Amino acid sequence: MPANAFNNYTDYGIGIGLRVPHYRHILEKKPVVDWFEIISENFMCDGGRPLEVLDQILEQYRVVQHGVSMYFGNADKPDREHLKRLKALVKRTQTPWLSDHLCWGSVDGRYTHDLLPMPYTFAAAKVTAEKIRLVRDFVEVPVCVENVSSYAEFHASEMTEWEFLSEVAELADCGILLDVNNIYVSSKNHGFDPYDYLNNVPHHRVGQIHIAGHSKFKKYILDTHDHPVLDPVWKMYAHAIKLCGKTATLLEWDDRIPSFDEVHNEALKANKFVHELETAKVSA
Amino acid sequence: MSSALFRPLTAGSGMQKRWMDGRKMSEVAAQFIKPNDRLTSFERLEIYNRQYWFRILDCFYDDYPGLRAVLGGRKFEKLAKAYLAQFPSASFTLRNLGGRLEKFLREDSSWTAPRSELALDMARFEWAQIVAFDGAALPPVTPDDLLDSPPGKLRLGLQPHLTLLALDFPVDDFSIAIKKRDALRAEASNAMDAAPKAARLKKVSLPKREKVFVAVHRCDNTLYYKRLAAEAFEILTAIRAGKTVRRACENAFRSSRKTAPEIGAQIQDWFQNWSSLGWFCKPRKRP
Repeated sequence: MPANAFNNYTDYGIGIGLRVPHYRHILEKKPVVDWFEIISENFMCDGGRPLEVLDQILEQYRVVQHGVSMYFGNADKPDREHLKRLKALVKRTQTPWLSDHLCWGSVDGRYTHDLLPMPYTFAAAKVTAEKIRLVRDFVEVPVCVENVSSYAEFHASEMTEWEFLSEVAELADCGILLDVNNIYVSSKNHGFDPYDYLNNVPHHRVGQIHIAGHSKFKKYILDTHDHPVLDPVWKMYAHAIKLCGKTATLLEWDDRIPSFDEVHNEALKANKFVHELETAKVSA
Repeated sequence: MSSALFRPLTAGSGMQKRWMDGRKMSEVAAQFIKPNDRLTSFERLEIYNRQYWFRILDCFYDDYPGLRAVLGGRKFEKLAKAYLAQFPSASFTLRNLGGRLEKFLREDSSWTAPRSELALDMARFEWAQIVAFDGAALPPVTPDDLLDSPPGKLRLGLQPHLTLLALDFPVDDFSIAIKKRDALRAEASNAMDAAPKAARLKKVSLPKREKVFVAVHRCDNTLYYKRLAAEAFEILTAIRAGKTVRRACENAFRSSRKTAPEIGAQIQDWFQNWSSLGWFCKPRKRP
């Protein structure tokens, strides 16, 4: 039974990102993995090896799509050609939901390839929610919107980030991909309590959780996805699933990628917290 | 904010201190970005400015190893910054970052002088590899389809992933030599403890001028380069331009000294080979 209305796929378990250095291992060894998350844009191509690999993966595994360029927070409408490509991929993967970020990233056809923070205003929330609805209606699968890590805040903001995320999710009636590492990174960069964030998002909308590693610098923290998950993030994860219930969880490891087994074992550490949650429920 | 992100970094990889209108950048950033107890508004914006440039330069660096070898590291970096400042990414995917490099190099050869022609050939060759890697593959025309149609009326298309290049330098061989060198370097560095001297590898000589014709394509989802005879290149180029097969072949051999049977046998051999590689598809309908 789902823990909430947006995570009907609770039994998806613990997944990892599908990354090029692991292709050979996965295709040859066929390890047991609950599911893979793919970066949609890596497979929105016309042909060739990427799609061949994807089809082989789809024969063996469940795949969920995660996007990095929908830019729900952009001022302009989504590009129709882009949406068509995305929908074609959705049909190919049969992804049960897809996610992308609560951010902006391109202006007048120029792309930053970054996940840029938005000013947290009511006007921006409204425009963003409309865009999420438009995308969801076009691709015909549920959409989860992900909170990004950030290094800057705007004077124009009228609310906290978690209030903004909640506002957008309510207006769009969409799910949330709660990235607990991003919350931690932003909390350190902006000086808020990450548990205020966790406690105040609409838990009944959380359909997926991301965990990842980050890098500490002298004056700020960068969301680098090149380390194991740090203890404070695991602690937040335990708290998040207590609030949201058992939720499909994914480890992101995108740079200095170690062996498949190392990445997978790191992800599976999440099971400890899931078991603790289930044990606590049974005891109660 | 986006205008600030796209602006080139300083020589020290920092954000420029002045805005385009001459105002202090610290004042401009402070207008819309909050400072915190550790970072000024300028410094917070600078994180994004640096991330943007580091990301696209990294990508460009990975896509053009041959061009890097032709120009050397410092010159390549200058070219990359100039190109990406003039032609920032216009696509959702970084795969297309080099899509306008040929145009940039043709319009301004100063970034690559005195090796401009070689650099242009290499840039075209490396872009062709990107196209071949994940470009579209349409249903191929079969040999039977060819046999059923009279050459005088037959028009064919070429696979979108196939690029035909007429080059002034054998950059295909040079590219292979660079890859071999880099592979050896990787092996040598892994074995550094055992044989430190093995890490000293030969510099790959730049190619000498030589006219070559190369097809860059994909077969069974593996990337290949194939040398073509001048006549073969001419036939394929004409076919891509919409000429009938007969016209393409006649033009290619118009000044040949070969006998008609020799030419016929040669053409048959080529077409069998190209068909087996799946290069032919139905031609695009003309508007």
